[in-house]
Amino acid sequence: MRATVLVRPKQGILDPQGEAVERALEHLGFAVSGARVGKVVDLEVAGDDETAAREQVQKMCEQLLANPLIESYEIELHG
Amino acid sequence: MASPQPRIGVVTYPGSQDDRDALWALAALDAEAVPVWHEEHELPALDAVVLPGGFSYGDYLRCGAIARFSPATAAVCAFAERGGLVLGICNGFQVLCEAGLLPGALLRNESLRFVCRDVPLRVERADTPFTTRCEPGQTLVIPVKHGDGRYMPPPDLDPAQIVLRYRDNPNGSVDDIAGVCSESGNVLGLMPHPEHAVDPLLGSADGGLILASLVEAARERALASV
Repeated sequence: MRATVLVRPKQGILDPQGEAVERALEHLGFAVSGARVGKVVDLEVAGDDETAAREQVQKMCEQLLANPLIESYEIELHG
Repeated sequence: MASPQPRIGVVTYPGSQDDRDALWALAALDAEAVPVWHEEHELPALDAVVLPGGFSYGDYLRCGAIARFSPATAAVCAFAERGGLVLGICNGFQVLCEAGLLPGALLRNESLRFVCRDVPLRVERADTPFTTRCEPGQTLVIPVKHGDGRYMPPPDLDPAQIVLRYRDNPNGSVDDIAGVCSESGNVLGLMPHPEHAVDPLLGSADGGLILASLVEAARERALASV
């Protein structure tokens, strides 16, 4: 089963990358605010049981993919 | 009786850069500096360990995130849990945070720029095994060189764990924190590089105060174990 993990800087954590991107977008003439930059991890999990896969990816996030002090994460599964 | 030379290990990960400087500086300060390869599951007999600066495992995912899983890091964690002295410099500090030996995390510099310059630091605590040669409130000039040095403490950080603060914050660290120790005080992490400041010819010898404190504390432990 394919999974996508979205890792974001936690709310309240200063994200200078997001701010730089926001300034660049404003420079291009876009009216934007609240830009934040995170990362995406795409992976393939063995098996096709959705509950088991979600549990696996959740563990991956807790143990490696995200640092809970500074990052939040969201898991998407694609059947 | 001559005092014994303490044995201080320096771990080399793939991508470590400052391991040799650390070995050199420790030897210059009269320690027996022992290289430790990252694949070693057990540490040799040591009185202290240094995790050096660099870019372990390419700093992939997050700085220090992959180095946390190396066999030598597990051995260093076990050593620290037994009360062993561990000093993490720059990338070593990042590894110690990722490994949970120190609180907090290190994020991209607020400026998004790599900073490489001498910075003045204030000694907040001179009673740790890493700062006994310093005076409280003393200013130390030690270089930093990092892109990811913005320290983010956990909400419940005990202020007593703050050992060094920047007098001129180079990276946006919360509360100007440059170095923190573990609750029990036997583990210290700092972003500045004391091993690059042990000879006045290179601009400052203030880093020598930190490393000499460590050598002295390690020597006391060596003596106690004889």
